[in-house]
Amino acid sequence: MADVTAALLTTADGRPLKAALAEAQSRARRRAFLLVAPLLAFVVLTFIIPIGQMLDRSFHHDGFSANAPNLVEWFDANPEGTVPDEAAFAALAADMKLMKENKTAGEAGTRVNYTLAETRSLITKTARGADKLAPPFKEALLAIDDRWDDPAVWQAMRSSASAYTADFYLSALDMERAEDGSIQRVEEQGRIYVYLFFKTFLLSGIITLVCLLLAFPVAHLLATLPMAKANLLMILVLLPFWTSLLVRTTSWIVLLQGEGVVNDILLSLGFIGDDGRLKMIYNQTGTIIVMTHVLLPFMILPLYSVMRVIPPSYARAARSLGATSWTTFRRIYLPQTLPGIGAGSLLVFILAVGYFITPALVGGADGQLISNLIDFHMRNSNWSMAAALSAMLLAGVLVLYWLYDRLIGIDNLKLG
Amino acid sequence: MAAASHNDAFVVFDHVQKSYDGTSLVVKDLNLNIGKGEFLTMLGPSGSGKTTCLMMLAGFETATNGEILLDGRPINQVPPHKRGIGMVFQNYALFPHMTVGENLSFPLEVRGMGKSEREAKIMRALDMVQMGKFANRRPAQLSGGQQQRIALARALVFDPKLVLMDEPLGALDKQLREHMQFEIKHLHESLGITVVYVTHDQGEALTMSDRIAVFNDGRIQQLAPPADLYERPDNSFVAQFIGENNRLEGTVEEIKDGRALVRLNTGELIDATPVNVSNKGQKTLVSIRPERVEFKAELLPADAHLIEAEVIEVIYMGDLFRTVLKVAGHDDFVIKSRNTLGQRVLTPGEKIKIGWAPQDARALDPV
Amino acid sequence: MKKILILTTALTGMAFSAAAQELTVMSWGGAYGEAQTEAHVKPWSAATGFAAKMTDSDNPATPIKAMVEAGNVTIDVASIEYADAIRLCDEGMLEPIDINALPAGADGTPAAEDFIPGAVTECAVSTDIWSNVFAYDTSKLTGTVPTTAADFFDLEKFPGKRGLKKGPKAVLEFALIADGVPVAEVYDVLGTPEGVDRAFAKLDTIKSEVVWWEAGSQAPQLLADGEVVMTTAYNGRIFNAAIAENKPFQIVWDGQIYENEMYAIPKGAPNKDKALEFIAYATSTEGLRAQATYISYGPARKSALKDELLYKDGKTVMGPHLPTAPENMTNALETSADFWVDRNEELNERFNAWLAQ
Ligand SMILES: Nc1ncnc2c1ncn2[C@@H]1O[C@H](COP(=O)(O)OP(=O)(O)OP(=O)(O)O)[C@@H](O)[C@H]1O
Ligand SMILES: [Mg+2]
Repeated sequence: MADVTAALLTTADGRPLKAALAEAQSRARRRAFLLVAPLLAFVVLTFIIPIGQMLDRSFHHDGFSANAPNLVEWFDANPEGTVPDEAAFAALAADMKLMKENKTAGEAGTRVNYTLAETRSLITKTARGADKLAPPFKEALLAIDDRWDDPAVWQAMRSSASAYTADFYLSALDMERAEDGSIQRVEEQGRIYVYLFFKTFLLSGIITLVCLLLAFPVAHLLATLPMAKANLLMILVLLPFWTSLLVRTTSWIVLLQGEGVVNDILLSLGFIGDDGRLKMIYNQTGTIIVMTHVLLPFMILPLYSVMRVIPPSYARAARSLGATSWTTFRRIYLPQTLPGIGAGSLLVFILAVGYFITPALVGGADGQLISNLIDFHMRNSNWSMAAALSAMLLAGVLVLYWLYDRLIGIDNLKLG
Repeated sequence: MAAASHNDAFVVFDHVQKSYDGTSLVVKDLNLNIGKGEFLTMLGPSGSGKTTCLMMLAGFETATNGEILLDGRPINQVPPHKRGIGMVFQNYALFPHMTVGENLSFPLEVRGMGKSEREAKIMRALDMVQMGKFANRRPAQLSGGQQQRIALARALVFDPKLVLMDEPLGALDKQLREHMQFEIKHLHESLGITVVYVTHDQGEALTMSDRIAVFNDGRIQQLAPPADLYERPDNSFVAQFIGENNRLEGTVEEIKDGRALVRLNTGELIDATPVNVSNKGQKTLVSIRPERVEFKAELLPADAHLIEAEVIEVIYMGDLFRTVLKVAGHDDFVIKSRNTLGQRVLTPGEKIKIGWAPQDARALDPV
Repeated sequence: MKKILILTTALTGMAFSAAAQELTVMSWGGAYGEAQTEAHVKPWSAATGFAAKMTDSDNPATPIKAMVEAGNVTIDVASIEYADAIRLCDEGMLEPIDINALPAGADGTPAAEDFIPGAVTECAVSTDIWSNVFAYDTSKLTGTVPTTAADFFDLEKFPGKRGLKKGPKAVLEFALIADGVPVAEVYDVLGTPEGVDRAFAKLDTIKSEVVWWEAGSQAPQLLADGEVVMTTAYNGRIFNAAIAENKPFQIVWDGQIYENEMYAIPKGAPNKDKALEFIAYATSTEGLRAQATYISYGPARKSALKDELLYKDGKTVMGPHLPTAPENMTNALETSADFWVDRNEELNERFNAWLAQ
């Protein structure tokens, strides 16, 4: 028997078995592909392409390079560190005229301004009076604004002259280009992104943990309670889903603020004095409390769906084999809920990382997370910066995902 | 094996009652002594309370009333993990996140056993069920029969004195089930353990058990060795539940020398052995096994009463013929005759006379 | 890549936009959007017979760039902030508007002279002037009451929590005004690194007592709940709480920082000519006055302020509640769009870093 399997097998009509199998499967695969094709197209259109665009925008911005061809040429011809000569100023003047004609000074200025503040108004101002520029251009331009002599301005234009740039990522890492083109950290007062990335991940981690601790017993209860009671409890769990985010957040404010319900109750019970009112909102505590509430269902549901299908006979078997109830929980029940824990935690963590309305409203001074800054840049149409920050956030989440896969295994994930 | 008395019994159910909802009793006044080393089977229709009894013994349900003793000690207050009872579940309950080896290791680990000792025991238990090569597989990678063996090995690996099995073979096909019945029986004999076994397959119960407790409606209807149960059912439920059975209603005409004469409602007279009847004029239900009915008069005692029958259908079953007759107004009277050389084969429509030895017909419950 | 963006946006656009004969105005929703609907959109539609509708956005300036780049503009008029009007105009995202195409004031003054300086830019026309002010609850703060910007920062005289907008814009200027910088010099000072430090130093003095708010509705709520003794706010929100909801709120106008809100037409708007007509109508003397009867934001035409204005309740005289009332303008600063277009990102980063310290 062993010899037969070792030899090359053929079908009844003499074709190699492997080829026949491959052909049979490829037909099935083609049909399966046709079935998923609409979804695939949908995902590509609504997810893959936008993400690709986002990544593209994070290091591509041709606002300046496309509108200042003469300067681009001059920067190409002269290496970094060259002092701008009359040719450079002539190129500048020519580009300013172009910008005035095409109304592109704002766009170009915006790009340079990302690298160096206050250059936008310099460029728009200069472009406005570009008609009257005449040689010698250096004097003429300096007459409009003497900052045109500033090497920092020229360095900023040089790094904007290429459509592809890592500047946005530099900014997202609290770094900048020095006047000589080298990379340095920004002044201490301006460092914010790295700190916020760190804080965002830390806070999301805490929220995930709190959610897990709160959700586990609830999910267990839901899974073991008789249907009618479980349904009622489930409605309570899902209630946050059915309430608008702002209503929910406002009710938390009413409850938690200094003059709020919780403090009033504690006060009337004599637990705290009037000047000892607890600060539970407009700080990190508030963010954690409210986001835990908002995200709790995302932890409970996967846990519940996993727990519901764990038959009670496993725990009984463990007990009959001599395990105490704690050992049974730790060695038998917990490992089997791991897919739910993993799915719930990943879900809550990823959602927490991207949340910005709640922390903005209840987080006070501490409440800014990285997503608030992404939102800020979006609102100011600085898509490149928003994209760079988002890309880094995405990378961070992917790293965590990878870690998760290494530690627990992604096949151990059950979302419902 | 003789019935154990209350004193030397290994497991005792003493007036045990169980109610889940406070309005109805699922187990009604259960009294049962199980001897050391005995193989006792609880047999009964679905919902009759077998699993409930097992769960009370294992400690997962508490008796609403009454006492359960294990080895002379009351165990109502002992938590399940301290009872030292091995258990095989209906769905095996093998831990899916552990390999076979880890599953077997679990009860030994929680008992704080050292690694080398554990491994020796695991190997022995696996060899016992011929699964020595599968220690590193996960339960999901095993067939149903293999999982069943592992569940058995796991219940035995920590040397429990008592093993409970709740329909362990329910999910297996007929052939495998018969094979496993043999293996379980074999293990029981070689290890000398006490087994309480639940099934609703009477064949299984008959082949494996020392004694069978027939459950119905929360009560033990009869507790007896398999042969007694089949040959001498105490009541019509048992007679009906164990094996095939023909029933005829009538009135006792006469009781003499341990023999009863019963006049059927249609007028014929038949022979019977009085079981639950003692007086003339009592109504009764007579139960006769199909294979004990004879239609060749020459094989019957001379004084046997014969009654008329009409052949309705003859079914060929290989080793025997199953013939359905119309007798005393019933058209579901069955007889079985062996397919021997020269056996006379009946044809539908044929009119015959049938009869039986008086000890083969049992006049049971008064009706 | 841009082509793909255009393609996808156009595809989605195709599915959802019915290029109808209807003027679409996009504004901020809430009481503000409602005021514009009642004062401008509905009457204009009734007067011209051209269908018009109002849609809401968190910030109407945000979608304009995406729409114009994708060549799929679905709105005709947007109500946007002054700085955005400048920036989008510079980037060529807006249609230019000729001031001479706007109607003269009700008293005959040509538009170019009737509008207050800065109210009409290359691409946008002011629909109102709104202001960042601070306010307190008169039922809780009795005795000496705050009257100047400096009082807001005086924790000794007025102990208690302060509500402040979570962002650098109007907050840094306010700090400098409170620190004694004359309003005329605020942006010169803020333009220097030392000036920025000075503003943050001033904010440091109350930082521990600040409750930061994000959404405009939060400020009056904080005040009503007694969470803060005073808070900065948009003046319309306080007016609404005080007049419509009878809250005992008092606005302090000293150090107010006001700016124009602008109507603009995105480049490539489907009903460009009608949009221009709409803006001319809405920013006429009557149009501006009509809006001011719904919300306490001031008209940007001198002619609109000549006669007394009544709130929609028919009894509240609007004049004293408007940022543009002369008595409110004694120490007032107009937001510099140029300054913020240049420095927004940088100061926002600094502000957030400062917050997190
Ligand atoms: N946890 C429970 N709560 C309430 N009623 C129960 C519970 N478990 C069993 N019952 C009821 O008790 C009765 C006996 O059930 P039990 O499981 O002991 O039957 P069984 O003899 O094992 O039946 P089967 O052969 O179908 O396994 C049934 O009527 C059942 O509905
Ligand atoms: Mg059962």
